[in-house]
Amino acid sequence: MALSASLDGEACSVSLPGPLSLDGGGSLAPVDIAYEAYGALNADKSNAILICHALTGDQHVASTHPRTGKPGWWSRMVGPGKPVDPERHFIVCANVLGSCMGSSGPASAADDGKPYGMRFPVITIRDMVRAQAMLLDHLGIERLEAVIGGSMGGMQVLEWAACYPNRVGAAVAIATAARHSAQNIAFHEVGRQAIMADPAWHGGNYYAHDAVPTKGLSVARMAAHITYLSEEGLTEKFGRRLQARDAKSFGFDADFQVESYLRHQGISFVDRFDANSYLYITRAMDYFDLAEEHGGLLANAFADSRTRFCVISFDSDWLYPTSESRLIVKALNAAGAEVSFVELSSPFGHDAFLLDTPEMNATIDGFLRAGERS
Amino acid sequence: MPDLRPDLAIIAAQIPKGARVLDIGCGAGDLMAALRDEKHVDARGVELDPTAVAEAMARGLSVVQGDADTDLADYPDGAFDYAVLSQTLQTTRAPHAILDQLLRIAPRAFVSFPNFAYWRVRMSLLFGGRMPVTQALPVSWYETDNIHHVTIDDFRALLRERGTSVEDAWYLTGARQRSAAAANLMAEQAVFLLGR
Repeated sequence: MALSASLDGEACSVSLPGPLSLDGGGSLAPVDIAYEAYGALNADKSNAILICHALTGDQHVASTHPRTGKPGWWSRMVGPGKPVDPERHFIVCANVLGSCMGSSGPASAADDGKPYGMRFPVITIRDMVRAQAMLLDHLGIERLEAVIGGSMGGMQVLEWAACYPNRVGAAVAIATAARHSAQNIAFHEVGRQAIMADPAWHGGNYYAHDAVPTKGLSVARMAAHITYLSEEGLTEKFGRRLQARDAKSFGFDADFQVESYLRHQGISFVDRFDANSYLYITRAMDYFDLAEEHGGLLANAFADSRTRFCVISFDSDWLYPTSESRLIVKALNAAGAEVSFVELSSPFGHDAFLLDTPEMNATIDGFLRAGERS
Repeated sequence: MPDLRPDLAIIAAQIPKGARVLDIGCGAGDLMAALRDEKHVDARGVELDPTAVAEAMARGLSVVQGDADTDLADYPDGAFDYAVLSQTLQTTRAPHAILDQLLRIAPRAFVSFPNFAYWRVRMSLLFGGRMPVTQALPVSWYETDNIHHVTIDDFRALLRERGTSVEDAWYLTGARQRSAAAANLMAEQAVFLLGR
């Protein structure tokens, strides 16, 4: 297989025979994976970089999103002249298992030709990573120069390093955690309950009812979106300013700009995301506890690791705060792994990793280039 | 060693090839880079300032943003051959506790610090009546990170009290070495090699 793709990205999809054994028992076969590739694999196959996306992200890391028409979600990080550069790297980004942008998920057709719905097996972050490993096997990529991701993408990065230490040269885990906290789970549960309380959800079988639980999904998105921003950011962007009016309406319309903004975030989300995928992926994140998978001690996950780690957190991120990154760093130190860690300052909260954050780009660029020199 | 600060040059010259070194307060990683490039040392760093951390990371060094006062406990016993604490002891909240951590993490530790009993410092206080600003103490009192000013004799007394062994010591004014006997008056800074 000639592994080269246009620098602008090439949409690909593959149906792998599987079976993929799942953490929750059972298996999945076949396994469909939609992915994008950028750049060209070099002769000794040493320049492959896997980008792992977050909860509602997708494979369109640096190319225009087909449904929204917006630029790729990480075009600040991936692209010519960027830290992850198709002129230098062969870049792969795959839609995670359970999602809805072409990889197998609850909206995919089951054996009976009908969408899985809630018949889709509950999956884990490790299942997602195993599916990605199957894709790399299919592409003939044995070893990755680096795995990079933020938020849920960072969880996959940590899982990659733990599951396949010999396949990962460097791991860049940004704004993430090695386990979901009670608060993380709590916010996700609010979102799931909103979806499942929507009558249009139909027990997950809305596909057959020609319905979409738009209200539930948009409320889930609104609640989650608050956790991606900092209080400082919200105050700066909206304060208590009113939306297109001079006075309060003494009603329940979107009087405040922040309400109008959140409603817009919720409504536009339902156009691009499947409600059941939201249930399955949030569940996978809630189940994530890397220490638990390794006898209760996080350091065990990285025992004898030869991977170089770069851990980055943001001071205004309260979803996956710096203290969570420090736990990862502590475990890596205890395991004797090569680790770098920096807490960057940003007003943007958790979303900082997706936004214009030059210090993050400079840090990752230096980290990757250092690995390429040695 | 290329253009290292005098105390770092001494430390770099002493550390054997291939050693495992933890540099606490590593800044942008000058010592670590020199050790890696010239002696194939497996060097790790801890630094408080995020800008310096990012700079060190861009040089390919493994540096963790952290605080010597709180984060050294994260490192396992004997994880390194040498711990290095250069020009950092006087900035920590609990220097005596840091010494314990250094010798827990590694059997040997290099510690360098500016000598507050250096004669220029004494003169500044005695005749000027002002807190000194010298080559080794370049920052005014209100901006300095140094919160525990220490003299060479103070440090020696602390080591005696704690039963810490001194394997070697170097006393410097600029890059010039001074004798141990006159060090407390004549040396601008000191480098100690401590053992358990």
